[in-house]
Amino acid sequence: MTILKVRDLNVYYGGIRALKGISLDVPKGSVVTLIGANGAGKTTTLRAITGLTKPAKGHIEFNGRDITTVPPHEIVRLGVSMAAEGRRIFHNLSVIENLMMGAYHRDDAAEVKKDVEWITQLFPRLKERFNQKGGTLSGGEQQMLAIGRALMSKPKLLCLDEPSLGLAPMLVQEVFRVLNQVHKQGCTILLVEQNAKAALKIADYGYVLRGGSVSIHGDGKALMADENVRKAYLGE
Amino acid sequence: MNASVFFQQLINGMSLGSLYALLAIGYTMVYGILRFINFAHSDIFMVGAYFAFFSIVIFRIPWPIAAILSIGLTALVGMAIDRVAYRPVRDAPRISALITAVGVSSFLENLGLVTVGARPKAFESPSFMSKLFHIGDAAITGVAIWVPVITLGFLIVMMYIVYKTKVGMAMRAVSTDIDATRLMGVDVDKVISYTFALGSALAAVGGILWACKYPKISPLMGVYPGWKAFTAAVVGGIGSIPGAMIGGFIIGLIEVMTVAISPGLSGYRDGVIFLVLVIFLLLRPTGILGETLKEKV
Repeated sequence: MTILKVRDLNVYYGGIRALKGISLDVPKGSVVTLIGANGAGKTTTLRAITGLTKPAKGHIEFNGRDITTVPPHEIVRLGVSMAAEGRRIFHNLSVIENLMMGAYHRDDAAEVKKDVEWITQLFPRLKERFNQKGGTLSGGEQQMLAIGRALMSKPKLLCLDEPSLGLAPMLVQEVFRVLNQVHKQGCTILLVEQNAKAALKIADYGYVLRGGSVSIHGDGKALMADENVRKAYLGE
Repeated sequence: MNASVFFQQLINGMSLGSLYALLAIGYTMVYGILRFINFAHSDIFMVGAYFAFFSIVIFRIPWPIAAILSIGLTALVGMAIDRVAYRPVRDAPRISALITAVGVSSFLENLGLVTVGARPKAFESPSFMSKLFHIGDAAITGVAIWVPVITLGFLIVMMYIVYKTKVGMAMRAVSTDIDATRLMGVDVDKVISYTFALGSALAAVGGILWACKYPKISPLMGVYPGWKAFTAAVVGGIGSIPGAMIGGFIIGLIEVMTVAISPGLSGYRDGVIFLVLVIFLLLRPTGILGETLKEKV
């Protein structure tokens, strides 16, 4: 079953056409990755899916419902959550408040409490920093907080925009370890990455974006084996 | 100046300062979230005073009820202004919002002039405000003591809302990153609306207390307090709520002490405040508690 269906997505920034008819499918329970160079349209695609940018043309369906014109805060309530590029931590809020912001629309306090426990199991480091301001965390900790915060909304689909950007290799591993774990618990993941190798390794399916459209797509292993992909994105 | 006169002036300064603080919080909250100066805020202060005037002097509603009613109505006016004037230009360049604010300010002042007239109206403050207190040699009017006390009560309520409630947390989140807050499932427009309600309610408290202190109210009564409260917000560090409070008290004290220390300067009391504004803008534009603004990418 397809949880997210994107068809012929066109987005303009001013006069510039950032997306030129992107279509993609995310099957329920899968990990799908979007890879590509800077400016290929990866972030814009996620912004359109989460409602932050309104497409000029095309439509987006989540769980069988058309969400193309639904405002972002309602899309979150439907079960799409995003850890945005650049982490976007609330630096003046404490770590625990950042997590609670992720659960803002939920009113099941007892369940929220359990989920905080769950996040601290995923990222034990956050626990020690609960009362610290988000802005005082290191880059890696902020990324963990951003992912944890996105998980606090109990998403059916978790979108991640460059979660490994600017992280030390050890931390990149840690992030991918957690993504694996989250995926095993039944969450569908849409992952945007520059680190194509790591992304394709955990992905069931991948889309390579180029200049605002999909250039190649296929399952993770097939893309890893593809000559052009290897040359252009895996640095071989 | 002997000790008792100094003490008296200190109380006066705190009293005036708390009024500036009440008003400054509204400027700083709106700036923190929307990055523009809500010039209409000083007129919301005036509207609050008029609501109290009408409910007390005209409709003879008992004081406490009238005050609560006026504060509530002013909060609604603040929300309405945001809905009608500011929300439509939310995505426009900031200068558009700023010009809109000037327009709303001018609209409210002229609406006041047309409906209630330019002639100042006599305000009736409650009797406990005019009682004299004797502390040592100093004689202090009730209003000078009650104003800071009442202000403090409202500031505590406001701090509780902003720092301890869910909607307050969302207000602080919106002030850091609007899009990220949207991604948390927060209806940002609603949060902004509540922010206007809270800021306007405090402005109403300020307006009513101001009318108790200076019992002549007019449609332009908000103009100078507004500018000084804005100065207080800048001095404290615009965007910072504790900064606005500290700034308010500082400006109030400077104004009162300038006149107390050198009565010859009393005609320049407003000038001195704006000189402080200029000095801060030159030497420390981020104010006492303001952070250096990081450019948002």
